[in-house]
Amino acid sequence: MKILVLMKMVPDIVEELEVAADGRSLDREFLRLIVNERDEYALEQALLLKDRLQATVTVVAPEAPEIDDVLYTALAKGADRVIRVSGIDPAAGTRATALALAATLPRIAGVLPADLVLGGCQAIDDLDGFMSPLLAQALGLPYLGLVSRVTVEPGGTSVLISKEYAGGVMGRFQVALPALLGIQGCEKPPRYVPISKVRAATAAGTIEQVAAPTGPTPAALEVSAMAKPEAAGHAEMLEGSARDVANKLVEILAARGLL
Amino acid sequence: MTANIWIAAECRKGSISEATFEVLALGRELADALGVQLEAVLLGHGERESAAALGKADRVLYVDHPSLADAAGEQASRAWAALWEQRGPAIVLAPITNLSWDLLGLLPGRLGVPLVNLCREVTATAGALETRSILYGGKMAVAVSVGSGPVVIAVLPGIRSAEAGRSEAPAVVEEVALDLAADSGIRLQGYDEPEAGDVDITQLEALVAVGRGISSEANIEVAEDLAAALGGAVCGSRPIIDQGWLPLVRQVGKSGVTVKPRLYVAAGVSGAPEHVEGMKDSELIIAVNTDAGAPIFSVAHFGVVDDATDVLEALAEAVKARKG
Repeated sequence: MKILVLMKMVPDIVEELEVAADGRSLDREFLRLIVNERDEYALEQALLLKDRLQATVTVVAPEAPEIDDVLYTALAKGADRVIRVSGIDPAAGTRATALALAATLPRIAGVLPADLVLGGCQAIDDLDGFMSPLLAQALGLPYLGLVSRVTVEPGGTSVLISKEYAGGVMGRFQVALPALLGIQGCEKPPRYVPISKVRAATAAGTIEQVAAPTGPTPAALEVSAMAKPEAAGHAEMLEGSARDVANKLVEILAARGLL
Repeated sequence: MTANIWIAAECRKGSISEATFEVLALGRELADALGVQLEAVLLGHGERESAAALGKADRVLYVDHPSLADAAGEQASRAWAALWEQRGPAIVLAPITNLSWDLLGLLPGRLGVPLVNLCREVTATAGALETRSILYGGKMAVAVSVGSGPVVIAVLPGIRSAEAGRSEAPAVVEEVALDLAADSGIRLQGYDEPEAGDVDITQLEALVAVGRGISSEANIEVAEDLAAALGGAVCGSRPIIDQGWLPLVRQVGKSGVTVKPRLYVAAGVSGAPEHVEGMKDSELIIAVNTDAGAPIFSVAHFGVVDDATDVLEALAEAVKARKG
């Protein structure tokens, strides 16, 4: 079984984000990036399938700062091939990125057709679209999102999946392959891989590089302004040591009859 | 002429979702401002009676087909495309919920129109729409000029009150026949309801919510200690459930439950929109986070910039001391 995993980098929101001088985009000069969290679960799901059956896992990601670390880590975790796609503007938006990736994949020998394509089902920068369904449509594959568990059925022509609804309800679906699944979670958190193994993969492994075909980029949304959100309200901040703060909070709770 | 406004209505187990009424309320405002009709689109099988609740719309376009019962996004988006061909184009407003998630992802591609995602406000000025979206886990707001052309606008929960989207008057329901090809290769086999036996966090008066800032599983105990002292329970945001530190039934927000306790202590929770939608109506919200810029502080009533575990520990002690 051939499994393809799509990963991308997003801004690390633990860091302070700044608006660029144009007032309409993110200042990327000092921007720290991390891998999209849901994509890590997509990789984990692929590796879990590989643990259980004969499968090869290929990871494809647009070029971005720190992406090499992500791809070598994927190799260290057990991915068979990792591919970096150059020539995609990081500020182009989710839709343009998805279409550029979809145009690139057929040009990489041995990647398509894949039996199963997995990607994250959302990202924190999805302003103009969701990567996985856009890719599914561009590749002509059926799509199902919010998937949190995947089992391959005997014969390998279909999978059984769990899909998240609200309130902890899960839907059970059978999906004929090939298909693209938008991964939300996994039966377990992404595996840990020791830094020594990542170093070994960095020394011995290879990241393949492929350029996205040049062509007209699709029209982007007309963003008129970006700013830190104006909060409708703000918490009254309490200061002091943890103990001081706790005492103040107890007074607040007592005054409201909550103790 | 400006296109009509279409609402993507949600129906599960015979009832229209709260999120649908919220979007209906918004759609009514925008349709009146633009001077266009408001049409609710409902897809399903045997749901014609449910459609009657959508009276806030000028008309319900109801499509009934066996393949649309509990339809996944693939089937639903194909039906939308067929309806669009007959009755479109439109400005589509759809709620961002797990039920509509796949449809939101697929609809723009099927209809060949842009998507504006994560909108927390949509306004109509001089015949054109402008949206305000929340990106990067609530850390940036983005304004987009949408104009008056066909578009899909994905709306965050809570944009209007559901009450404002309800109507006493039964809806005018028009059943639209579509020629739908059956098989997308995706088949629903059933639903798994959450396991009973655990506490129902929607019924408690005090909740201690833990998020990524709690750092390690061992610290859940500290939260449990405080929750016990307050007579409540511990719940969590997505990352905690992903780690397997709490079961799915304890998740607040999208995929989880919506809670409105008298007291909600958010410890190490950043306040991403998908969490906030599930707890923002709590009576008293206390947030503790090391990041002074965390969005949770804009919904909390009281805030503390500090390590979540330290404050939970101190608060548990102080509560116990007060209670004697």
